[in-house]
Amino acid sequence: MADSTELYRCVRLIRRFEERAIAMVRSGVIPGGIHPYIGQEAIAAGVCGALRSDDIITSTHRGHGHVLAKGADPIRMLAELAGRETGLNRGRGGSMHAADVGVGIYGANAIVGAAAAIATGAAWWQRRAGNDRVAVTFFGDGAVNQGVLLEALNLASLWHAPVLFICENNGFATTMRVNESTAGSITGRAEAFGIPAETVDGMDPEVVLAAASAAVDRARAGDGPTFLECLTYRFDAHHTWEHVARPRYRTADEVAAGTVRDPVEIQGERVPEPVRAEIDAEIEALLDEAERFTADSPEPDPAGALDYLYADGLRGRAGVS
Amino acid sequence: MPNMSFLRGLNRALGDEMERDPAVCVFGEDIGVAVSNVTIGLLKRFGPERVVDMPISEQGFTSVATGAAMAGARPVIEFQIPSLLYLVFEQIANQAHKFSLMTGGQLKVPVTYLLPSSGSRTGWAGQHSDHPYSLFAHVGIKTVVPATPTDAYGLMITAIRDDDPVIVFAPAGAVAQREDVDYDTLGPVPLGVGRLHRQGTDVTVVAVGHLVHDAIAVADELADTISVEVFDPRSLYPFDWDGLAASLERTGRLVVIDDSNRTCGIGGEILATAAEEMRLTAPPKRVTRPDGAVLPFARSLDLAVQPSRAQLRTAIEAVVKN
Repeated sequence: MADSTELYRCVRLIRRFEERAIAMVRSGVIPGGIHPYIGQEAIAAGVCGALRSDDIITSTHRGHGHVLAKGADPIRMLAELAGRETGLNRGRGGSMHAADVGVGIYGANAIVGAAAAIATGAAWWQRRAGNDRVAVTFFGDGAVNQGVLLEALNLASLWHAPVLFICENNGFATTMRVNESTAGSITGRAEAFGIPAETVDGMDPEVVLAAASAAVDRARAGDGPTFLECLTYRFDAHHTWEHVARPRYRTADEVAAGTVRDPVEIQGERVPEPVRAEIDAEIEALLDEAERFTADSPEPDPAGALDYLYADGLRGRAGVS
Repeated sequence: MPNMSFLRGLNRALGDEMERDPAVCVFGEDIGVAVSNVTIGLLKRFGPERVVDMPISEQGFTSVATGAAMAGARPVIEFQIPSLLYLVFEQIANQAHKFSLMTGGQLKVPVTYLLPSSGSRTGWAGQHSDHPYSLFAHVGIKTVVPATPTDAYGLMITAIRDDDPVIVFAPAGAVAQREDVDYDTLGPVPLGVGRLHRQGTDVTVVAVGHLVHDAIAVADELADTISVEVFDPRSLYPFDWDGLAASLERTGRLVVIDDSNRTCGIGGEILATAAEEMRLTAPPKRVTRPDGAVLPFARSLDLAVQPSRAQLRTAIEAVVKN
């Protein structure tokens, strides 16, 4: 289980990684844009801090925090965002599909709610295979209105699958407010399937860590899934296109109120100042190296655009003959 | 020599692979009692941990299979109704199929999707009678449509052993087929290798699934006047283009019979490829369901929409006149 210093290192790394990535979107190094996780770092740090490296996670379109917290290399992660051959997915996945199977990351997923059943299946098979690995699926408040997620809750509960359902309730499904999208309560959905559900402060890494650790212990002991609703706030845009499109869905006052509690500051205050300064400097050096590595990395060869499409290397016909 | 039915071929393939590889498991609705006959005996042999009866949650359990496959399982999902594939199109086309490329080859998803009675089962009406193999070939899912019991066995074995998602359509019109087989010689049938059911010199008929048997019957009827070669691609993706080209070298004329809708159906793809790349001495023809067809309930209407032997015969005669 992660200690206070490790939690600080994690939230600070995610924050600075994202701030630099946003700048790289603006400068054109990262194509397509990203979904910033800024403000929500406590959840990734707290949940992944309760996991082993051989546990499994599935993530979302807003997945950088989960992927970094689970232990993917930030250098190869940044190269992936920039679509380089040296990236985690060899430039084939980008921000919304980043995966690192070696540390249990079964991929970010760009269809809201889609990954919950995948994590449930992975958890079910681990239990069947006699392993004590758990699986975690992260999703936002918008996903609780997706049918497939509700089907996954039912199956996970029926089978006592060792899976954690982590709902990051940041108040908005893109621009739609949670109270306008969601009848009943979020935890009520899990309770309806007999899954223990709890709402926790998703701005405090240590609160999240404690709740996630208890859930992991339950899952490893064979007592089945747990659902955590983590209340949080997205400080930045839904996606970097907001910088251009400027959709109006929350007021400046609301944003100011939502950002008063900052997970990086909350955790930073728990770390002695000299240690904090040292960690901050290490992270900047690491991210400097990541930016250099990305800049020096080649784009994939267009001849290999459909490499990896099939596990056996099957080649379909080209688009022109 | 034992007489094996088509469904028994699928059943035997499942049992053999489950015996051989403990990672193979079966998911589906009502498979414990073997409502389709494909899973007969498997629950007793392998237990409920490997023959997993599912609630009515197709989207959920289809992606559960994806996650289990990523973690090392080799699930086979049985869908009782082909139209359920529309419900799980996101889970197959947008999830299972895409992970290998999107992760740069880190993940593989060896799931087999089995449709044990696809297409018209006369009287099953609009939402139970589609035959959507063209849709999956279009997406790039490995898609097989066996016509005979031995091919049902051999293609099912190959599908289960394949490291990618594979969809197996067992045509309703073929499941009544029976064949004398020597169990010792049954073996896997590779994807992308077609089968010549009958050799001929005047025209090649490419027939998909159960329509292979109609094509053979029509070829017999015409035997005195027209020499018809019957080519069964067996898998639609990958497709045996070399086998088709070799047949057209002999005949130069082509008719395709395909039980899917006309626009963007596999029949159109076969004609287009032959026209672009192969030897054709006369304009080709295809016999398919009509554009956008929904199978009507009444028997006469259902049959009116399906490709028929009469239509095939007319098409062959027209192509050969040119």
